Amino acid sequence: MRPLTEEETSLVFAKLASFIGDNVSMLIDRNDGDYCFRNHKERVYYCSENLMRQAACISREPLLSFGTCLGKFTKTKKFHLQITALDYLAPYAKFKVWLKPNAEQQFLYGNNILKSGIARMTDGTPTHAGIVVYSMTDVPLGFGVSAKGTADSKRADPTALVVLHQCDLGEYLRNESHLN
Amino acid sequence: MAIVKKKKVAAAAKATPESTKKAVKRPVSEGEQTPKKKKKVAAKKVQNGDTPAKKKVKKAKVVEEEPIEEVEKLQLMDDDDEEGLNELNFTQHDGSDDDLRDDYSDDDGKCHSHSRINGFCFDLDDDDLPIEKKSAALDKKKEKIMKEGEEELQLNIANQATFELPTVEEIENEMKSVPNLEIIKQRIADVIQVLGDFRNRRDPAKSRTQYVEVLKKDLCSQYGYNDYLMGKFMDLFPNGAELLEFLEANDNPRPVTIRANSLKVKRRDLAKNLINRGMNVDPAADWTKVGLVVYDSQVPVGATPEYLAGHYMIQGLNSLLPVMALAPQPGDRVLDMCSAPGGKTSHIAALMKNSGTLFANDASFDRCRAIIGNLHRLGVNNAVVCNLGGEEFAKIRPNGFDRILLDAPCSGTGVIWKDQSVKTSKDSQDVQRRHTVQRQLILSALDSLDANSPNGGYLVYSTCSVLVEENEAVVNFLLERRHCELVPTGLSIGVDGYTRFRDYRFHPSLSMTKRYYPHVHNIDGFYVAKIKKLSNAKMSKQAVLEKEKEKATQKSQKKKQAAEDNDSDDSGEEEEVTTNGQANGKSEKKKKQKKGADADESDDDVETAPMKNIGSGARANKKRRNQKKAAAKQAAVQEDDGFNTVGNIKRAKKPTQFKSKVPKRAAARTGAKSIKNRRKKVLAKQQ
Repeated sequence: MRPLTEEETSLVFAKLASFIGDNVSMLIDRNDGDYCFRNHKERVYYCSENLMRQAACISREPLLSFGTCLGKFTKTKKFHLQITALDYLAPYAKFKVWLKPNAEQQFLYGNNILKSGIARMTDGTPTHAGIVVYSMTDVPLGFGVSAKGTADSKRADPTALVVLHQCDLGEYLRNESHLN
Repeated sequence: MAIVKKKKVAAAAKATPESTKKAVKRPVSEGEQTPKKKKKVAAKKVQNGDTPAKKKVKKAKVVEEEPIEEVEKLQLMDDDDEEGLNELNFTQHDGSDDDLRDDYSDDDGKCHSHSRINGFCFDLDDDDLPIEKKSAALDKKKEKIMKEGEEELQLNIANQATFELPTVEEIENEMKSVPNLEIIKQRIADVIQVLGDFRNRRDPAKSRTQYVEVLKKDLCSQYGYNDYLMGKFMDLFPNGAELLEFLEANDNPRPVTIRANSLKVKRRDLAKNLINRGMNVDPAADWTKVGLVVYDSQVPVGATPEYLAGHYMIQGLNSLLPVMALAPQPGDRVLDMCSAPGGKTSHIAALMKNSGTLFANDASFDRCRAIIGNLHRLGVNNAVVCNLGGEEFAKIRPNGFDRILLDAPCSGTGVIWKDQSVKTSKDSQDVQRRHTVQRQLILSALDSLDANSPNGGYLVYSTCSVLVEENEAVVNFLLERRHCELVPTGLSIGVDGYTRFRDYRFHPSLSMTKRYYPHVHNIDGFYVAKIKKLSNAKMSKQAVLEKEKEKATQKSQKKKQAAEDNDSDDSGEEEEVTTNGQANGKSEKKKKQKKGADADESDDDVETAPMKNIGSGARANKKRRNQKKAAAKQAAVQEDDGFNTVGNIKRAKKPTQFKSKVPKRAAARTGAKSIKNRRKKVLAKQQ
């Protein structure tokens, strides 16, 4: 367990900012105690200082997880968000998309979202922006990247891809073993 | 041979209903003539040409037929047209002696009631109508039949009493061929009946153990258990009927239950959503506010979007109990020692409202993955997941937790319906291994508790086993080894734990622990005990009390000494010296006490033994003594039946690791010497 390096910090924050924009600062300046990012075995964990200190009493090998795992660094030093980060992305998300009930399952099985499956979308979404996916009952289902902006997607035919899939809740079942 | 006997017995047992049937049937065959006779009588009356007096005659007839009715029913059904004819005929006969008839019918009624009692009423008045005579005859017959039936019944009872028990060998032979389940079932019932009132129903030649042996064999073959486990269950449920209920319940699945995750959703809202999805849910029980029972579902319960979003967790109702007993408060430091797959852990986090710290530990790495997934899914962010042996926590964080939940690994005898292989796979070795581990874990758990924490110091011990060795015996062991006490679990349901089991006696406070059985509570077999730690010393209660006494006496002695010194010494300088000396003495004593507190109980006497002359063979003596002790311990462990509370733990043999005799460096040829030599050779070659 160690604090993130400069490089890592910029990578992580850039990724987070693509989803929640300036709200990244809300993750650091919280009024309920100090929170921190830690790198443990090439995974980034976000937790309170207090919890981090307590977790430090367990040695590196047996310590598997603490707080919330946001994502991991790949071997080529890119940062990938994981579905476990959804808890922090969903409340602050800048761009959102709501799915029709029949498209819900498609998305939860790991498929991209077609225009026909979209019920609503935040106005002014640019292309290639991080976008959080909700069901009609406002339950966050996952996140992805917009393949078309709001304006483009209005003109597109119903089978056009609008959101590219990155992570969805189905991963808790599909690859539970890759979460840590 | 044996089979024939059994059949007899079976017949005897069934005879009670049959005999009554016969009693009903027989008169029918004998009473066949009655309708014909009636017909004749009726015909005569018709010839007399009497005017009909419908009602009264009918009344008479009804009275007349009453006793016959039951007896004759079957026959009557066959020729009911005849009966109809009879009635018609009756309607036409004697209206002339109307008044007479009236009186008569009344008399008749009375008479009849008499006749039921002794059957001789009719003989008194000779001028009876022929019908009445006949009915009297029928009554007699009926009485006779009743008597016969009763005799038969008595005979049956006599037969039952002399139920013949086959020997164990016979049963074993029977097992080798194809066993007849019907016969076995019958025999189980018979033996249980005999055991229910052994003194009266036994076969004097056979002992109780023989009966029990036969019962055990039969139950094993009927329900598919091995001998050992069935023996344990029979000890646990001496009442045969309860035992059968328990075994039946072990074969039936419990209902699917889910726990609403109060971190994300309210139970009511969740229920509404799930009903919309096509699941039929209901609040599970009145003692839980988060449990829901799923009756049936059109969608897979473990794959709905609500499940994926972490709104609920599939877990048995029994796993809510230890968490409720633990009652974690927001801000506590809590440890869940054996937490996979994270159901109870997430429940704890929900009760703590995601504050404080929660350590989720499991010894198996693969199962730890499930914990991580579940905790993240359920939105728990105050948890640390680690993969350590449970014993490590006493070393890593001694006295570092406010509350600990120890859901110990167990033989799983409470959840046989989930895993039928438990029935045959467990033997005494397995159970012994389990309760040894459980003892190590419970000691370690208690040592990592903080007795001085303001609202904590609680340990909850739970297993999904029903065996006493894994439950009460383990807790009792802890009570004897450490300074702690049992406290009420705060659970409203459950059976009290045993304080006495067979010839073992546990601490009376063990009645505060709770047991759960599948046939009683319709949840998995379970056990919950809540323990409060009283002091951080690693000593038994008695040792702690003794230490305190010693302290008190030392203090009083010092006071006395000080007082004496003050009296005797006048000069201020000397006083100072004495106080210094006292201070030194105090610190020394304190050190000693600390040592004593830290050292394990078993080493206590050795520690305190004088060790002044080390060169005099004291060390050798000590070694010898320790060896003797260890040998005695191992010997005691050999005969361990799960109830020894001395605390001897069997040492697991470590598998001997292969060690190559060649040192690693030499093997790799990277040692400084070898490199030097090689270099020399190379150089020599070059030259």
